[in-house]
Amino acid sequence: MADELKDIVLNYVTKEYLEDDSEPLTYETPLISGGIVDSFSMVSLKRFLENKYAIAIPDDEATPEAFDSVNKIVLLVQRFVAKKG
Amino acid sequence: MSNIGPYDERVKNFSWTIAEKELGYKPGDVINIGWYCTDRICEQGKGSKVALHWEGHTGVEKTYTYNDIRLASNTIGAFLRGLGLKDGERVCLFLDRIPELYLGFLGILKIGAIAQPLFSAFGDESLFVRLSNAEASAVITQKKHAPKVRKILEKLPHIRHIIIVDHDGVAPLKDREVAFSLMKAAPVEHLDIHPTKAESASVLHYTSGTTGMPKGVQHVHYSLISQYLTAKWALDLREDDVYWCTADPGWVTGTSYGIIAPFAIGVTQCVLDAGFSAEAWYKWIEKRRVTMWYSAPTAIRSLMKAGDEIVKKFDLSSLRHLASVGEPLNSEAVVWSQKVFGMPFYDTYWQTETGSIVIGNYPGMEVRPGSMGKPFPGITGTVLDPVKSEPYAAHGRIGLVALKFDWPSRMRTYWNNEEAFQKKFRNGWYITGDRSKIDKDGYFWFAGRDDDIINTAGHLVSPFEVESALLEHPAVAESAVVSKPDPINLEVVKAFVTLKPGFTASKDLDLEIMNFIRKKLSPLAMPQEIEFVPSLPKTRSGKIMRRILHAKEWGEEIGDTSTLEND
Repeated sequence: MADELKDIVLNYVTKEYLEDDSEPLTYETPLISGGIVDSFSMVSLKRFLENKYAIAIPDDEATPEAFDSVNKIVLLVQRFVAKKG
Repeated sequence: MSNIGPYDERVKNFSWTIAEKELGYKPGDVINIGWYCTDRICEQGKGSKVALHWEGHTGVEKTYTYNDIRLASNTIGAFLRGLGLKDGERVCLFLDRIPELYLGFLGILKIGAIAQPLFSAFGDESLFVRLSNAEASAVITQKKHAPKVRKILEKLPHIRHIIIVDHDGVAPLKDREVAFSLMKAAPVEHLDIHPTKAESASVLHYTSGTTGMPKGVQHVHYSLISQYLTAKWALDLREDDVYWCTADPGWVTGTSYGIIAPFAIGVTQCVLDAGFSAEAWYKWIEKRRVTMWYSAPTAIRSLMKAGDEIVKKFDLSSLRHLASVGEPLNSEAVVWSQKVFGMPFYDTYWQTETGSIVIGNYPGMEVRPGSMGKPFPGITGTVLDPVKSEPYAAHGRIGLVALKFDWPSRMRTYWNNEEAFQKKFRNGWYITGDRSKIDKDGYFWFAGRDDDIINTAGHLVSPFEVESALLEHPAVAESAVVSKPDPINLEVVKAFVTLKPGFTASKDLDLEIMNFIRKKLSPLAMPQEIEFVPSLPKTRSGKIMRRILHAKEWGEEIGDTSTLEND
């Protein structure tokens, strides 16, 4: 699941937020601190993850640090998917 | 001792000639902000002093001395002149916070053209209405943002040049595009500075209005006088400071206090072109030994959310003064800052239209947490009775924040919209659009906006603009946009939407509409919540009653509903 999830998130971020596609995203590219996704846009990214995986990420868990790369997002999503059972 | 000294003494003996004398300016002289920020500092023998420490999100660093920024702004100015751009023409800066934004701004001013900085996260529709209104002749941008300009170029006949500052030669340049590399261009030692005068137009910043499209707030070169003195007195900036203004020059704070004032004073300033994270910000302060930090309530509340423990990981002992702007700074943030940094954030109040700080808390003055402070010396501020348009005789009553419109950095008009400019005045007072009260000691206390404008993270968003954009989505029949409270951003955008036949409300449609607005307007304007409703509250004449929806979001009394249409 992890690999598939990684690719889904990577593709979504690339399609929705990356303006300059000359430097492709990697799983480790800093998204928030790298200025690709700002704090307002993070809300729509969070909404995408919640819709896609039928989870609810509380605001205090949706921090810039937790959303700062595809790998970090995947860890966050996996945690909430596991909680859901 | 602070620069301002005892506030009451300064008020008594104030004249803007204090700044004029310090800057060596006399009425009638040439006054060019670009020259004051670079050549003048070099002529004072400080050319080798660091003017700018810049770091990008990939960790790339650049450092410029005052002589470097003099040469770079000359070089950009000469390049623009070479393209045939002349004084009075509008040149848009559509750039991230890269050095070319700061240096290009100064280069544009040096040739007497008008700088029009626009936030680089703007979508194509936001960009179009601003470029179209300004009738800009050129846009300076990066290859990553060029597609947004190309998308609307056909509708912008005034644009003669699109200057790409990081063209790598891989993809060919398109219609009206030209490459410019500051690194590769031969430095221009001498540039004939355009002899701008006090009232020559300098900067055009766009701000949102309650109705109609955004308005271009036009400033002049004489604004320097206010910006210089307020930075010295309200921000307590000193020549030996290492200064960090966190604002983006796409907005007025980023130009008035992120370019003009600090460079005119001759301080070393730091720019971090990266997204927000508490760790990155504290690390930057530690690394650059920042002494004066000017930030915004949203950022401060985000730092509060990150906790106190992270602060202890960094050596922030270089800090000596902190200030805030953008929206009211809540008292909890002031108290928190005193606890973790050992000093409060001093709140300051001003607007795009005022060009510089007009009300503030000043070093040496008692800070009353949650208060906007007192008018800057030389500024006459009051609270008007909204019915009589006269100052309240008694203290403590909430009314309209109004100012006597007579300080150097006040806007001169709204670009191509003198009618809207004139509507900003009542009974001889400039009406800010904000409401407050004044306590018995003369402190102003913010009470909210007097219109429907949404202040999100210190940026104004027009409900009208968002509603107009929403109607362009194929599923949206009608929309009403209001603010809703937010613990970090003060307010965020909320949209109420009715759908066209054949469309059904769903989570996917909700996200699709959010992204539609984010890309069309900007992330700030994106509704953070969309409520699908069967109908919107309207008057019998069909006008949507936003105030009813607003009251619902804020838990306020709905008030008079006698004009409400019955379904």
